[in-house]
Amino acid sequence: MPQRFKSLLLMLLLAATVPLLSGCDMIMFHPKGAIAAEQIRLIIIATILMLLIVVPVVVMTLVIAWRYRASNTKAKYTPDWAHSVKLEILCWAVPCIIIAILSVIAWVTSHTLDPYRPLDSKTKPLTIQAIALDWKWVFIYPEQGIATINYIEIPENTPISFEITSQGPMNALWIPQLGGQIYAMAGMRTRLHLIASEPGIYDGSSANYSGEGFAEMAFKVKAEPAADFAKWVQTVKQAPGVLTGDLFNHLLEPSKNLPVQLFSSVQPNLFNDEVMKFMMPPMTSMAHSHETTLAGE
Amino acid sequence: MHILGKLGLDAIPLHNPIIMGAGAFMALVVLAVIGALFYFKKWTVLWKEWLTTVDHKKIGIMYIVAAGVMLLRGFTDAIMMRTQQVLSVGANHGYLPPEHYDQIFSAHGVIMIFFMAMPFMFGLLNIAVPLQIGARDVAFPFLNALSFWLFAVGALLVNMSLVIGDFAGTGWLAYPPLSEVAYSPGVGVDYYIWSLQISGLGSLMSGINFFVTILKMRCPGMTMMKMPVFTWTAFATSILVIIAFPILTVTLAFLLFDRYFDMHFFTTGFGGNAMMYVNLIWAWGHPEVYILILPAFGIFSEVVSTFSQKKLFGYVTMVWAIMVITILSFVVWLHHFFTMGAGPDVNAVFGIATMIIAIPTGVKIFNWLFTMCRGRVVFTSPMLWTMGFLITFTVGGMTGVLMAVPAADFQLHNSLFLIAHFHNVIIGGVVFGYLAGLTYWFPKAFGFKLNDRLGKCAFWCWLVGFYVAFVPLYILGFMGMTRRLYHYEEATGWHPYLVVAAVGAFIILVGIIFQITQVVVSIKNRNKPEYRDLTGDPWHGRTLEWSIPSPPPFYNFAFVPEVHELDPFWAQKQEKLKHAGEPEVKPVYEDIHMPRNSAIPIIIAAFAFIVGFAFIWDITWLIFVGFAGVLVCVLARSFDYDIDYYVTASEVEKTEELLRSGSLERY
Repeated sequence: MPQRFKSLLLMLLLAATVPLLSGCDMIMFHPKGAIAAEQIRLIIIATILMLLIVVPVVVMTLVIAWRYRASNTKAKYTPDWAHSVKLEILCWAVPCIIIAILSVIAWVTSHTLDPYRPLDSKTKPLTIQAIALDWKWVFIYPEQGIATINYIEIPENTPISFEITSQGPMNALWIPQLGGQIYAMAGMRTRLHLIASEPGIYDGSSANYSGEGFAEMAFKVKAEPAADFAKWVQTVKQAPGVLTGDLFNHLLEPSKNLPVQLFSSVQPNLFNDEVMKFMMPPMTSMAHSHETTLAGE
Repeated sequence: MHILGKLGLDAIPLHNPIIMGAGAFMALVVLAVIGALFYFKKWTVLWKEWLTTVDHKKIGIMYIVAAGVMLLRGFTDAIMMRTQQVLSVGANHGYLPPEHYDQIFSAHGVIMIFFMAMPFMFGLLNIAVPLQIGARDVAFPFLNALSFWLFAVGALLVNMSLVIGDFAGTGWLAYPPLSEVAYSPGVGVDYYIWSLQISGLGSLMSGINFFVTILKMRCPGMTMMKMPVFTWTAFATSILVIIAFPILTVTLAFLLFDRYFDMHFFTTGFGGNAMMYVNLIWAWGHPEVYILILPAFGIFSEVVSTFSQKKLFGYVTMVWAIMVITILSFVVWLHHFFTMGAGPDVNAVFGIATMIIAIPTGVKIFNWLFTMCRGRVVFTSPMLWTMGFLITFTVGGMTGVLMAVPAADFQLHNSLFLIAHFHNVIIGGVVFGYLAGLTYWFPKAFGFKLNDRLGKCAFWCWLVGFYVAFVPLYILGFMGMTRRLYHYEEATGWHPYLVVAAVGAFIILVGIIFQITQVVVSIKNRNKPEYRDLTGDPWHGRTLEWSIPSPPPFYNFAFVPEVHELDPFWAQKQEKLKHAGEPEVKPVYEDIHMPRNSAIPIIIAAFAFIVGFAFIWDITWLIFVGFAGVLVCVLARSFDYDIDYYVTASEVEKTEELLRSGSLERY
């Protein structure tokens, strides 16, 4: 095959992949909040740094294999050449340098993007408590005294401070366009700080497999101007539903595909009680769970 | 209590056509094999030569046959998952209900790691290590057979769960609290625990066996720094097995205590802590990936230097890199769960420790490249697998280091990006490596070569199939798709990528069909000169295993070799060239001390199976029968003093002459 034709073919191939990639909606590359934006920037920078070594390796593999193919008798052949101080120093030095740079980046970003770190913002943060149940999310707005199932609305440009727990299997709260995930674990409270920079509806899900209904634990996050959010809170406050302790115990039963529900009020301190109940000595609060054998003891 | 515990007819899912179909197919295959054994009157041969053997070469072959069968099973699971995700979008829910899909992805992971990769690895170790170090068997041949049969019991239990009862629907690591009785009341998790406990015991004993073998059984002159690199990696892997597998055993035992005796190690209440399980399981799980990849590194080292017809570049560096990786693999486990909410200092330390592993690994990649440099590279299929590995593994390493950056991992963790990453290193590293190793040592084990053309076709299908199947998964990760979804919505835009991924899986399937054809064609033509390996050295090899006939006689070496340098066989051949034409000295043979075959390993394994099965189904009396059986076997063995014998010098001489004339009966 003539060389020009080959390179033309290669360019066509490359060109074909562009629409394939741009056609899809890689939502992580369209972050809608400061955390997600920083995270994707980090991913891109780290990838470029590593490509500095990966691309040469790939090229070297192909070039060396081709040049020293057995049929190429013109190439140098030194069957006993197996050591070179210079080359071996290079072998260790190049990866060391790249990893050293990456390590600094990893250390710094671990701290700046720590999910537990409250975000720097003049606006007062909004707290949302997320409880993973089999198989739905209960979200509580303690300051507003309202709650929802499988749906949240948040004001834009306001730090959102999530408190997360689970009532059974481990889950993870993940809203890719706003930022990374954190596990939800029974008897423990984990934290996640996110912020939305513009209005929109974003996908959220559980990222850690928790059983049969796991696939249905997706939810929507609506970010909107603060005034609209305040209006929404007022609407929810008119909703007929009330999240009582009894209703919550009822929700502990496994169920799938629960529709969005809004509650105008929540039993006070529900989140903390549900975290702490696993810390308590037996039993009363566990009687409802699947652990019937234990409760019967 | 019922005499059969929980076991009843309702344990068999008669209403499920997919499971019953698979069960019927497995039954048919078993019946066909049994029928063939009767028809060809091979029962005695099977029992005397194989089932009771303590010969490391035969045990190695049995491991690899089992690994091949399990590869087919695990791959069927993969195809089923890919198909389900193509079909189950929006209003459609595919052909698998979630509880069945969940079992399939769990079984896929368990089977591929424990019952495909592990036996494949031990199979290659068994075939090559004793030969590479000039030994006549492993240090503990009886234990070696027992290890194999315990592994076989684990594999049997996993496959039985398909038809009798069900398998865990918890994911391959069975995180509690999901795997506790409260959320997984069925027998699935019990099948998981018992199959891994029993086969894990086998793995641990194999680890000890090879550790001792490599330390104590090397032929005279072979110092540690003259060992072939594959043997070095086998040594490193054995160390990892010895340290890591007890952690797995204890962790699963805790889970078992929770499930059977109402204890609370990992339950949600009563002070149980699931985070502890996640830590412990990965304290085993991360070394486990190195247990699998290090021998693959060893294979690539052998293959690259053999087919470049050149000394391995930087042997000392290579050995140091292996040992550094061995140690570092124990201090990085937390990177599997940065998202658990540890502080930034902890996360960063583990992230950086993880990245540091990339340094010795990178050094190894460079060394392989420099080995090819100024060599004469012959592109046989093992060499193609190596080339495919060098490129694919480098890419996989890159995505791995990316996920070692904690702040990036928060976005990538548990997404399909993660799935793409570990398949990238496991297929591109472990599978490519073992397949290269299989093709490389196949003539040594069987006495004939595999068809290289079909091998190359298989390679290209695997390589192309891999990229078509897993590049979309990287993209899907960036699109926010998590792992283990049995269903998703149309609006996500994931569907086209999952279709492409499924196409990739089917391309790999074509590769596997090529491999089956390759084996069949090669067996059929095994006596043709282009297949038959009469010299024992089909690749112009460098290490001791190529200095003896293929397949080697049961005692391997008529004379224990003496070694003075690295690549001793290469040196020996160079030496011979210098002294060509001189008359050969007639050798004087000596008696050879060999272990006797024993039926006890397979019998112990049968009772171990009974123990596992009885525990799974709560059949109390049967548990005691199983334990009693094991105990009796162990006692019987302890008081059996007739466990070895001598092959007389004249018999050795006769065998060697037959081997030289090529008239010894072969496979």
